[in-house]
Amino acid sequence: MVKISMTVNGKNVEGEVSPRTLLVEFIREHLKLTGTHVGCDTSQCGACVIHVDGDSAKSCTMLAVQADGSNIITIEGLANGEEMHPMQAAFKENHGLQCGFCTPGMVMSAIDLANKNGDLTEELVREGLEGNICRCTGYHNIVKSVLDGANAMKAAE
Amino acid sequence: MYEFNYDKANSAADAASKLAASDDGKVLAGGQTLIPTMKQRLAAPEDVIDLASAGLSGIAVDGDIVVIGAMTTHATVASSSDVQSVIPALAELAGNIGDNQVRTRGTIGGSIANNDPAADYPAACMGLGATIITTKRGLSAEEFFTGLFETALDEDEIITAVKFPKVDSANYQKFPNPASRYALAGVFVAKTGSEVRVAVTGAGNDGVFRAHKLEEALAANFSADVVDISPMPEDSMIEDLHASAAYRKNLIGVMTKRAVQAC
Amino acid sequence: MSDTGIGAAVRRKEDFRFLTGQGNYTDDINRPNQTYGYIVRSPYAHATINSIDTSSVKEADGVVAVFTGEDMQVGSIPCGWGVNNKDGSPMNEPFHPALAQGKVRHVGDQVAIVIAETYAQAKDAAELLEVDYEELPASINMENAVNGGPAVHDDIPSNLCYDWELGDEAEVNAVFDNAHHITSLDIVNNRLVANPMEPRAAIGEYDTATGEYTLFTTSQNPHVIRLLMGAFVLQIPEHKLRVVAPDVGGGFGTKIYHYAEEAIVTWAAGQIKRPIKWTCERADAFVSDAHGRDNLTHCELALDADGKFIGLRVYTKANMGAYLSTFSTCVPTYLHSTLLAGVYTTPVIYSNVKAVFTNTVPVDAYRGAGRPEATYLLERLVDRAAREMGIPQDEIRRKNFIPTDAFPYQTPVALQYDSGDYFATLEGAQKMADVDGFAARKAEAASRGKLRGLGYSTYVEACGIAPSAVVGSLGARAGLFESANIRVHPTGSVTVYTGSHSHGQGHETTFAQLVSDTLGIPIENVDISHGDTNKVAFGMGTYGSRSLAVGGEAMMKALNKVVDKAKKIAAHVLEADAGDIEFADGKFAVTGTDKEMAFGDVALTAYVPHNFPHDELEPGLEEQAFYDPNNFTFPGGCHICEVEIDPETGVTEIVSMSAMDDVGRVINPMIVEGQIQGGLAQGIGQALLEGAVYDEDSGQLLNGSYMDYTMPRADDLPSFKVGTSETLCAHNSLGVKGCGEVGAIGSPPSVINAIVDALWDLGVTDISMPATPQKVWHAIQDAKMAQAAE
Repeated sequence: MVKISMTVNGKNVEGEVSPRTLLVEFIREHLKLTGTHVGCDTSQCGACVIHVDGDSAKSCTMLAVQADGSNIITIEGLANGEEMHPMQAAFKENHGLQCGFCTPGMVMSAIDLANKNGDLTEELVREGLEGNICRCTGYHNIVKSVLDGANAMKAAE
Repeated sequence: MYEFNYDKANSAADAASKLAASDDGKVLAGGQTLIPTMKQRLAAPEDVIDLASAGLSGIAVDGDIVVIGAMTTHATVASSSDVQSVIPALAELAGNIGDNQVRTRGTIGGSIANNDPAADYPAACMGLGATIITTKRGLSAEEFFTGLFETALDEDEIITAVKFPKVDSANYQKFPNPASRYALAGVFVAKTGSEVRVAVTGAGNDGVFRAHKLEEALAANFSADVVDISPMPEDSMIEDLHASAAYRKNLIGVMTKRAVQAC
Repeated sequence: MSDTGIGAAVRRKEDFRFLTGQGNYTDDINRPNQTYGYIVRSPYAHATINSIDTSSVKEADGVVAVFTGEDMQVGSIPCGWGVNNKDGSPMNEPFHPALAQGKVRHVGDQVAIVIAETYAQAKDAAELLEVDYEELPASINMENAVNGGPAVHDDIPSNLCYDWELGDEAEVNAVFDNAHHITSLDIVNNRLVANPMEPRAAIGEYDTATGEYTLFTTSQNPHVIRLLMGAFVLQIPEHKLRVVAPDVGGGFGTKIYHYAEEAIVTWAAGQIKRPIKWTCERADAFVSDAHGRDNLTHCELALDADGKFIGLRVYTKANMGAYLSTFSTCVPTYLHSTLLAGVYTTPVIYSNVKAVFTNTVPVDAYRGAGRPEATYLLERLVDRAAREMGIPQDEIRRKNFIPTDAFPYQTPVALQYDSGDYFATLEGAQKMADVDGFAARKAEAASRGKLRGLGYSTYVEACGIAPSAVVGSLGARAGLFESANIRVHPTGSVTVYTGSHSHGQGHETTFAQLVSDTLGIPIENVDISHGDTNKVAFGMGTYGSRSLAVGGEAMMKALNKVVDKAKKIAAHVLEADAGDIEFADGKFAVTGTDKEMAFGDVALTAYVPHNFPHDELEPGLEEQAFYDPNNFTFPGGCHICEVEIDPETGVTEIVSMSAMDDVGRVINPMIVEGQIQGGLAQGIGQALLEGAVYDEDSGQLLNGSYMDYTMPRADDLPSFKVGTSETLCAHNSLGVKGCGEVGAIGSPPSVINAIVDALWDLGVTDISMPATPQKVWHAIQDAKMAQAAE
């Protein structure tokens, strides 16, 4: 077992894990933050996307020990009480989610995309979401949500 | 995933000695291939040695050579102004590997050491005539890539950096597998003076290869038109669910033409 | 229209929890003292199990128990629909064990469960299970299976489940004998894997104090699971079995069925007296979730000289897989052949369906279920007939449409359509698609070396499933009604208990709109509760676009009862006759007076009945209703797809997808559009990207992961043009028809017809789904070779 500590959603957390524990397992099973989901076993679907030191990453493709000392944000760390992050609000406003399962990863990827691109276009959003699979929406409203959310993030700066 | 021991290396030499000391060790770079493989229980190393703290990331320009540390992520290469100005095709290639999340974790050293037959970086190494620097030596791309998932690396040898020489012009065209988005056929064309190199990934049964006949034809006449009349590499083409050998052969031609046009 | 009532694009009430990571999916639930189960599956398509040695497993770290088929002797997992053969004899219905009984019949078949303190321990220990298999030859391909291939079930040597027909073959053949023109096609409807993003999961639990079992499961219909598993498999009476389907991450049909794993964890929890959680990994989902479609069809359309359809005959082989999944048998028959009239006046139709057992994963309904298959073959035939006869695609359709004044329209294949206007949806779609500008766009594309094509699909579907009397007469072993309970709380807020189940459809919002609108109360005061058999009286669940048309109607029925009761209470308080009470805008008023009472005051009075005449008026305000529809509902419409093909690579880009659908009255246009968009993506996925491929020798699924099975991603799809054109359903109070499946039903033929249109001049006359780049490229090469040879 290996002792690890990290900052998750602004709080210091510690744990003792087997080296084979995936970061997503640590988040879901040890920290009980079940908003981060697992939708596949080949690192393709993106339901598990979180932010690690400011970059979006698939938490199913990281060992928990690799995140030792990192600063992590999960879907639970975005809203301020009842007030959602502008990207979350944009997903609600544009009906960018249906069953909600891919949504946490989709939102985390979208925020990273908005953070790293000046002006997003539909094409950039569609390419930028390559690592996130949604089976419900056909992506139409997700794309609208991300474009809207990115503008709202910019406006809020 | 099976149980394993986890250790961190503080330098390349440290990693190499830890690897040498292990019966069945693997170095962990970005983990974007190794971790999925271990999750599926297709790899079961006894010891995993993490290179994150080994000080192997960074990009430097040394005259006409770009030196990229083995632990440099694809995202860093893609956004590097040095790489963009010296070898823009390399930055562009790095920016199209996998998805955003793979690019922020995946590294050049990890990709090259794995030598997946459908990976992008091996084509850049072969096409640009890169030198792969290890804890023991420097190897040309031709020496380094020895076959499907096979490299010239010794059991206790680790890539530390890759040196890419500047070329006059270069371009990489990838036709992705519709499901995995790995290359179904990827062609890297580089031209320096009268020398043309064409490296193909995704299509060959033995992994990345140079299309010598195409190179000769393009060296004589660097235009897309000669691609149509040049013989394509016939044998040893991967044939699978996603592409027949004939289709892959066609894609190599189309990707080569598009790369030549973009050069 | 209020801003939260019927017709308003109300933002979804459920979104806050999903967007903030507070959804509650089955795998998010952890029970005290919980163990973890790992299911050991067959690596072979067909094998005899000579023996299983569990001794090493039992000694492994953390292992609590291991069970095999020998331990778990329970009932057969039932099929919910009996279909008779042509000669009236019943179908072949093999035993469907939860854990294999001496034989495995597909890769992924359940062999054992290993239960341990952690999931990793269970999975590690499972590798120690020693199963002595004797591999047997397998029937993978349907044609081989029915032509002397190895028997999947020893007692069914023909591998035929049934040989069924609808219509009079001799009568139809006579029409064909005198036809001016016959168009024939061989159609493959590709096998799909539903792939909801949430993998299936189940937690079984047994309470030693009460003897009650609880199953948390990823289901679209928890009551149906309770009935099937309780009554047929495990013999647990309903009052001792609670099934909870909490937030469910997408279903698309594949979470309707009762699965072995649900029975295994429930049964095993009773054995070990501890909760057991099982969560499917995606690789296992590919070989254990029911697949969809997989039909081989030969079909022929007879036309007169004027291009009128005079007859249709269809011969289908439908893959059932190794066992009969819950609704598998009705999909190619009653959900498929009854749709073969489509939107046309074809007077005589014959359909023959042979259902075939193979050593593959069971096949059942997937979004649309039977109706996409019917629409696909029909619209491909119509497209081809138009080309062969030189009639424009829209003209041949208009020529054969059921006239708008002909409703109710009785088709020759048992259904009676209640309403529709196919001319309006065709015209609407043509405008959205800018059909008039197509020729110019095609020419412009050609100047860039690209090939453009335009494809039509005009369709109708039958949903709002279903009148119990009708489906009962056709072999359904259940009724298909729905229930609703409206509980008005003392302060006027409302909880609705519905048997419909939401797994992405937005019921918590749409249903709340109905309640808010009907009772005149703020939408915030309404909560929708679903998915728990201990809360909801009964429910048949969500599939077949039935939630609003059946579940919503049950709710309206219960709401009307609430209003009636509330009128009596208001009449009592206002000292008037109940017949003189009018209810509008949340107020009960005595006609012709200024005496009125707000809904909230009536609710409070109902629970503070200080001076109620108790023999006439009961306290409380809560009503239950069951609704059984009089007919199916019949959404229809027109989808027009425009593609651009790169002949060098064979890549097809969808440059425009226009859908004009008549889904009846729209309660929430935002949600309706979202449902249509999602359906379109799955239809396009079937047409261009998806298809499960089995190795015909080994029976291994060759593309059992997202590395090889192409899931549509954002950059595979365009933005959609979606519109609705209403004709109201004539037999329900809301006038609603259903919108969940139209996108997946209507779109696939429009995509393929567009590709054929683009390639027709090159000599490509047909292409099968999925039209992958390599398939399109090969088709172009083959056509070039053929032309060169001429």
